[in-house]
Amino acid sequence: MDLFEYQARDLLAAHGVPVLPGGVAETPEQAEAIAREIAAPVVVKAQVKVGGRGKAGGVKLADDPESAKARAQDILGLDIKGHVTRKVMVAQASDIAEEYYFSYLLDRSNRTFLAMASKEGGMEIEQLAVERPEALARIPVDASVGVDAQKAAEIVDAAGFPAEVRDQVIAIAVQLWDVFSKEDATLVEINPLAKAPDGTVLALDAKVTLDENAGFRHAEHDALEDVAAADPLEAAAKEKDLNYVKLQGEVGIIGNGAGLVMSTLDVVAYAGEEFGGVRPANFLDIGGGASAEVMANGLGIILSDPDVKSVFVNVFGGITACDAVANGIVAALGQLGDEASKPLVVRLDGNNVEEGRRILAEAAHPLVTVVDTMDGAARRAAELAA
Amino acid sequence: MSIFLTENSKVIVQGMTGSEGRKHTQRMLASGTAVVGGVNPSKAGQSVDFDGASVPVFGSVADAMKETGADVTVVFVPPKAAKGAVLEAVDAQIGMAVVITEGIPVHDSTYFWAHAQGGSTRIIGPNCPGLISPGRSNAGIIPANITQAGKIGLVSKSGTLTYQMMYELRDIGFSTAVGIGGDPVIGTTHIDCLQAFQDDPETEAIVMIGEIGGDAEERAADFIKANVTKPVVGYVAGFTAPEGKTMGHAGAIVSGSAGTAAAKQEALEAAGVRVGKTPSEAARLMREIVGG
Repeated sequence: MDLFEYQARDLLAAHGVPVLPGGVAETPEQAEAIAREIAAPVVVKAQVKVGGRGKAGGVKLADDPESAKARAQDILGLDIKGHVTRKVMVAQASDIAEEYYFSYLLDRSNRTFLAMASKEGGMEIEQLAVERPEALARIPVDASVGVDAQKAAEIVDAAGFPAEVRDQVIAIAVQLWDVFSKEDATLVEINPLAKAPDGTVLALDAKVTLDENAGFRHAEHDALEDVAAADPLEAAAKEKDLNYVKLQGEVGIIGNGAGLVMSTLDVVAYAGEEFGGVRPANFLDIGGGASAEVMANGLGIILSDPDVKSVFVNVFGGITACDAVANGIVAALGQLGDEASKPLVVRLDGNNVEEGRRILAEAAHPLVTVVDTMDGAARRAAELAA
Repeated sequence: MSIFLTENSKVIVQGMTGSEGRKHTQRMLASGTAVVGGVNPSKAGQSVDFDGASVPVFGSVADAMKETGADVTVVFVPPKAAKGAVLEAVDAQIGMAVVITEGIPVHDSTYFWAHAQGGSTRIIGPNCPGLISPGRSNAGIIPANITQAGKIGLVSKSGTLTYQMMYELRDIGFSTAVGIGGDPVIGTTHIDCLQAFQDDPETEAIVMIGEIGGDAEERAADFIKANVTKPVVGYVAGFTAPEGKTMGHAGAIVSGSAGTAAAKQEALEAAGVRVGKTPSEAARLMREIVGG
């Protein structure tokens, strides 16, 4: 889960990382009130989970509360690369003497954590890594050891931070590790980490990504979820514990196992090329069990998607044999009754496949077509959606 | 031969007394696996009956190893307790820990991976279906009745695609099929399995199944080019996955332009791997290579 800047800032502050005073506003009036409390020039920043908001007009300075209100008025509702701005952060404006960069992230390739630091911050780090790789220190962090003051000094010295900020950055590096490890983050990125004219080092902007698998030890992370931006179908699926992702297509997909479902999307997209570019409408993994109840819940979500014109149910009977899956489909269609209103193409393979197909044939549901192969079934489903 | 798991493997189950652990211990036993014990500190000294087979429960992995000579553990414990369970297995120096559990925080898996370095435990998973050497032993949840022993080696991030591929090539059979798991950090990689299949005299050809996220397939492609002389057929899932969305598996995510299926396919093909556009096509390509 990616956090908004203001959420990341709050998390940093809670772990002692120095940040500027500020708050989040959903209305111009709230922005004005925050600016009044800060009683100094402020910066009003669009809260969107996408880069390039400055260029898009999503970051504005304001000298007094009235102009903070006006700037918030300008920015709220602004569409930045498809993300509608619903909140702004109002923070005390800071003059910047120098900009640095610091991050911790999960390094999948090396199965470890990585600290990245540079005394040249401000620009996109991908750009810096390409243009001046020698300016970006990359220090692996052993997950079973972590970052103490000594490790932090190693990182800070490798990046060559100026002597006058070294101790401050070391302290911040330890605090940021605290955020990264205790909050179960997979990314904590400070860009810029800035030196103010008085020499104080502060985190001016932050990106934080939290590991949703660690939710069981962070009940408080639930509140960070951006409910307003969630797709309504994704939200409904989540409530039923379904692993669903909405896509922009016409063929609804249900399958068991993440890999098989991803593969099903691909096969439908290939088949759809012949029928004017028909595409999969969603990802939905109902898991190994594929019980009637889960099947009914899944079908319910997919059939309520107005974009869906046909449905492809693609199940490999492994742990749950095909006869049980077929019974699940029949029961699910029974539960849904008149709500089941779009053609279904079913492909079953694996254990007890003959019995599974026999059950579907016997039920002879008018909406259901059984096709024996995955490729053939994808083609039929695409054809029905064209 | 087979890789990692043989008829001599002695398997214990951490979490055997839970519902998933019990169900799959039953299935492992039914397929002929030597399941010699379970581990549960609060039920040590008891035993669990599986259709006439009585399997003893031990208080720790170390005790189970001492009493039974176990060299493989299959971990079914829930995410909250998984880190502790794997660390215990690693500290007991068991030969292999197969971590089935889905939903382990990546800070925990990265920790136990780091802790296992330099030790004697091979970790498979987490978030994986385990591995099967058909007709010999089955450590995990892969259905044992899909196919029999044969000459194809299979390594896959995905469980159901493993089953699908085993089913498509069931008349030819498999030496070992390894589900390495769909998490961002896993213990045994495509490369580890490719090396083992290359060294296994019984394996004649290899199927490698990948999916979006990370660069494991690209690195496997480099490895194949340099080290694998046996034919390799590939399949990659997730061409239609949008950027920035997790597709079921925690590790299956395209971040920016990194981790795309197209890049993986390209890397594999550049290494001489024949890549199927669909699982069925990959199976056909394998059939052309091994006959049958």
